[in-house]
Parts: sequence; C-alpha cells; structure tokens
Amino acid sequence: MNKLLSVLVMMCLPVLAQAAGGAEPQLTTAPINMDDKVSLQRGAQIFINNCLGCHSAQYMRYERMAMDLEIPVDILKHNLMFTSDKVGEPMRSAIPADLAKKWFGAAPPDLTLEARLRGPDWVYSYLIGFYADEKRPWKVNNHVFPDVGMPHVLSAMEKSLGEKAFKEAMADLTNFMVYMAEPIRAERERIGVWVLIFLAIFAIPVYFLNREYWKDIH
Amino acid sequence: MNMFQSMMGWVDARFPATKMFEEHMSKYYAPKNFNFWYFFGSLAMLVLVNQLLTGIWLTMMYNPTGDGAFASVEMNMMRDVEYGWLLRYLHSTGASAFFAVVYLHMFRGMMYGSYRAPRELVWIFGMLIYLALMAEGFMGYLLPWGQMSYWGAQVIISLFGAIPYVGEALMEWIRGDYLLSGITLNRFFALHVVALPIVILALVVLHIIALHEVGSNNPDGVDIKKLKGEDGIPLDGIPFHPYYTVHDIVGVVVFLAVFLTIVFFFPDGGGYFLEKPNFEPANPLKTPAHIAPVWYFTPFYAILRAIPDKLMGVIAMGAAIAILFVLPWLDRSPVKSIRYKGIISKVMLMLFAVAFVILGICGVKQPDLHVEFVPFEITYRAMGQLCTAFYFAYFILMPFWTSKETCKPVPARVRMGH
Repeated sequence: MNKLLSVLVMMCLPVLAQAAGGAEPQLTTAPINMDDKVSLQRGAQIFINNCLGCHSAQYMRYERMAMDLEIPVDILKHNLMFTSDKVGEPMRSAIPADLAKKWFGAAPPDLTLEARLRGPDWVYSYLIGFYADEKRPWKVNNHVFPDVGMPHVLSAMEKSLGEKAFKEAMADLTNFMVYMAEPIRAERERIGVWVLIFLAIFAIPVYFLNREYWKDIH
Repeated sequence: MNMFQSMMGWVDARFPATKMFEEHMSKYYAPKNFNFWYFFGSLAMLVLVNQLLTGIWLTMMYNPTGDGAFASVEMNMMRDVEYGWLLRYLHSTGASAFFAVVYLHMFRGMMYGSYRAPRELVWIFGMLIYLALMAEGFMGYLLPWGQMSYWGAQVIISLFGAIPYVGEALMEWIRGDYLLSGITLNRFFALHVVALPIVILALVVLHIIALHEVGSNNPDGVDIKKLKGEDGIPLDGIPFHPYYTVHDIVGVVVFLAVFLTIVFFFPDGGGYFLEKPNFEPANPLKTPAHIAPVWYFTPFYAILRAIPDKLMGVIAMGAAIAILFVLPWLDRSPVKSIRYKGIISKVMLMLFAVAFVILGICGVKQPDLHVEFVPFEITYRAMGQLCTAFYFAYFILMPFWTSKETCKPVPARVRMGH
C-alpha cells in the first residue's frame, strides 16, 4: 500500500513539471557559460557602451563587476565608467527617466535582473530578433517582443560585424546579463559541489551509527 | 560522582532538566515500526529552525518600506552582504520545503489514522500550525515586493472583499490603506517576523506535548501501550533517544541532500520557488497578465476558482481547510491504519491524493486551457470543478464507507519491515 502510494505521488511529479510549460514564442537557446571570463568581459563592454546609455543596472555596482570579471580598476575607470567616477557606485543610466519616457513612450526598464525576469533564452532571442517594419516609429519590430518601443540600437553593429559575429556578440551580451542578474551564480555552484561532497561523506558514519543501534531491534 | 553529574544534580534540584529529557527523549517510548513516512515530523522541525535562524539574519539586511524593500533584497541580500544570498535562498527554498514536508506529514496522518482517538488534539494543533503557516507564507511572500508578491497579495486580500457588508471595510483594515501599499508591507513584516513565529512556536510545543501525552501512532495503528513488559515499558516501544535520534539523522542527511541541491543549483525551483515576475519591483499600475499564487496554495486556489460565484468560492476554500479539522470525527472505521481498512478506503485515499495534486496544477493554469495529461478533452476549469467535488465528497462520504466496509483483523503486535 505504502509503496503504491509513493509510486503514485512520484508519478505525479513529471506531470507537475510538464504543467510548467506554456504557449510562448519560439525562443533560441542562449549559449550560456559563466566560466568564460573573456565572453563576460566582452559582454560587459557591449552592455556599458550600448545599453547603459538608456537602461540602468541599478542593483549592480561597478566594483563588484570588475572584481568578478577580473577587469583591472584603471581599465574600469577609464574605459567603462561614464556616469560615475566612484567604483562603488551602482550602474545608473545617463538619461533621466522622465525624459526617456518622453522619447520612447515608456521609460527603459532597469536591466539588472532582466535575465532572471525573462530568462536567458528570451534575452538572446530578443537581441537577435529585430526585423525591419515600416509601420513602427523606429521602422523596426521584434520577433519575441511585438511592437517594442526600443529602436534597434545595435543595427550598425549588426551591419559591420555580419550575422555570425553579431550573434556571437549577442551571446556574450546575454552571458553578461545572466551574470549580472545573479553575480553569485558561478560561486554558489562551486560551493554547492563541496556541500554535497561533505554530505556524502557525513552520510557514511550516520548510516553505520544508525545500523549499529538498530541491529538488535526486531 | 563526576563533574557533569554533580552539575546536573545542581540544576535538577532547581529545574526539571533531566526529568524533561527523560520524559520527551530517553524514556519516551515510540513504536519500533516507524517507516519512511515518519521522517517528516522531525524534518518539519528542522525546516522550522532553518526558517527562524535564516529569517533573523535576513531581517538585519531587509528594509521593510515600499521604496526600499525590493532593492534591499536584490542588492543588500543578493550582492552586498557576504553570504546574504545563501541566507536568502535557504529561507526562500525553506518556505517551499516547509510546505512539502508538512503536506507529506499530514498525508502520513491520514494514511495511518494518526488523528483518531486519543490523538484528536494532536491533529487539531497540527491543523492550527498549518493554518498559521499559511498566513506566515502568505505574508512572507509579499516582503520581496516583486510584481507577483504584490499582485498575489492583492488577489488574496480582495477575497475578504467578497464578505457581504463588511468586506470593503475589512480589506481597508487589513491593508491599512486604500490600496495595497508600503503600509501593508510594513505590517505584514511585523506579523511575519514577530507575531506569527511566536504563534507557530507555541503551537508546535502544544502539538508535541499532546503527542507525548498519548504516545505516537504507528503504521499498523496498533496501541503499543496495551502490551507492557514487567518494567512497565511497552513491548513494542523503544526509547526515542537514541533510537529515533540516530534514525532521524539519516533522514536529515537525505533531506539536506535534496534541499541543498535546490539551494545551490536550482534556487528558482524552475520558477516555482522564486517566480520570474518577482524579479521586477512591485508596480501598482501594471497588472501582470497571469497571476497565480505560489505553488503550495494552488490546490486551495483551484477550489476557490472552481465556484463561479466569488463569495461561494471563498466559502468553499475556507470549508476545504475547515473540514480537515473535523477529520477525526468523520472516520468511523474500527481500525486506524490504511493497512487494515477495506478496499474503498484505500482507493478513496489514493484518489484523494491524486485529486489534491491535480487541484494544485489547476491552480497555476489558465482555466480555459485544455488539460494535457489526460486522454480526453477537458479544460482546467472543469477539471478543477471535478476535483473540488471529489475533495468534498471524500470527507462528506467518509462516515458512510468507513462504518460499512469490511476491515482486516489488526494484529496484537506491530510488524517490522514494511
């Protein structure tokens, strides 16, 4: 009876997991690699040069980013900091929110947590999802975000790099945004492995202690 | 006499330390045939301690204001304070783990008739813990001040608005404002970190005192106190300490392996433990397209939605929880454990578990969508209604089948190894 019930409950789990899926637009899988520091650095550079003009990343500090991505402080100060000169400052955009709202119809959202809000695949698909559309004010539209208010800021980059290199650049940018949404991600997975190894070793004396005590109970 | 003994002697002359330890641990005789399902009581205690400890440290980094809450979570906890992220994930995953463990613990009680006389009060205190836990979970869920926190709380508070005459005023009284605002957040914080934890702790003490007064049930539903040895100790009883302490540590290690795998590798729980819309700050002017409560409330949310009328839905949801309180008086079976009950009880309990899980799924799905996991065409709304009907039928019909069905004879002694 017990086993039957346990089996039944277990059988319900994949159903629950399956129930999670919904009718979302077709997304391209983002090639995420938190250990690829060079990719993350390139992504940071693209983000700061192209996105931070309008979007903030107000929960992220410059210093933390530089430390995690192994960017030297003088390079950070001279090449990556345009809105502040204090490395401990959060990454804020250059334009005031009310002006931005006037220009684009909606204030550009903060992007610190975008990759956790929408998912890495959505971010990547969005970045490579722009197409020409005469009906829109900026003459562009987006496959995963229909009637988006943002112009195709990176169109010049797309033209000069070509499709393949542009997609790689967008993969780097997505990678960086995943990092930025949760800077501790790589570290927590590293710690997690040690935690599980400890538990596996701890389980051995625990198992034998229990067996020793219970061997006389019938 | 060694130093420890003389020290304990000094304490015992002034405080019943040894007496309490013996009463509740070393001379508390538990049935020797506990199985897998008996781990969840001690695990619930473990998760409670985890929630209390991590919660205390989280309050040190948290800013309970409408303007500061979201940033204090995403910046202070997740980035600035060393290991703040770990405390936060332990707490957020702990909330889900608490409900998972408590649901399994309750199901154990339903399987083996642990609510039957003389354990009715153990069950009722347990139900009160569950109720307080729901309030605790609901209020804690608002605190990160994300979009789903805000709109989820909005939906739940609006349920009180369905009450005739006083509904509107009651909603305003709960919120402390004309709309859900930082003032609501502030009072939910006070209730979440001070009031409800005290209530839960007190109820846990009552739950355990009541249990230790009457003794633990077991998978056979046999009363071990009927057969005692010459020393007055039940023949099938073993001291809780050390036997079940060393036993429960095994359960703890297995539980922690699962729990910490989630904490370190899947803290979002696939969007169920930390929901995606909660990575966007609460915005009273922007309603999310799809509002669903966090997973542990979804079975009851599905019952609420199964009834087209709002007030009747609220009543049904309340009744679904209230009816669990009277379970000890609905079960008229001559035996306690499912092992010796008739086939109807076995089938019904299994269907009940399935219906409860399906209700949980219905609670997260859009009602107009079609159910994917059944071979016939049915919407989640209809499925939810079907399961709601069964949920109530299970309890309402229980007195009839339990008093009529033929049961197997219960052995005099407990059986091992099942």
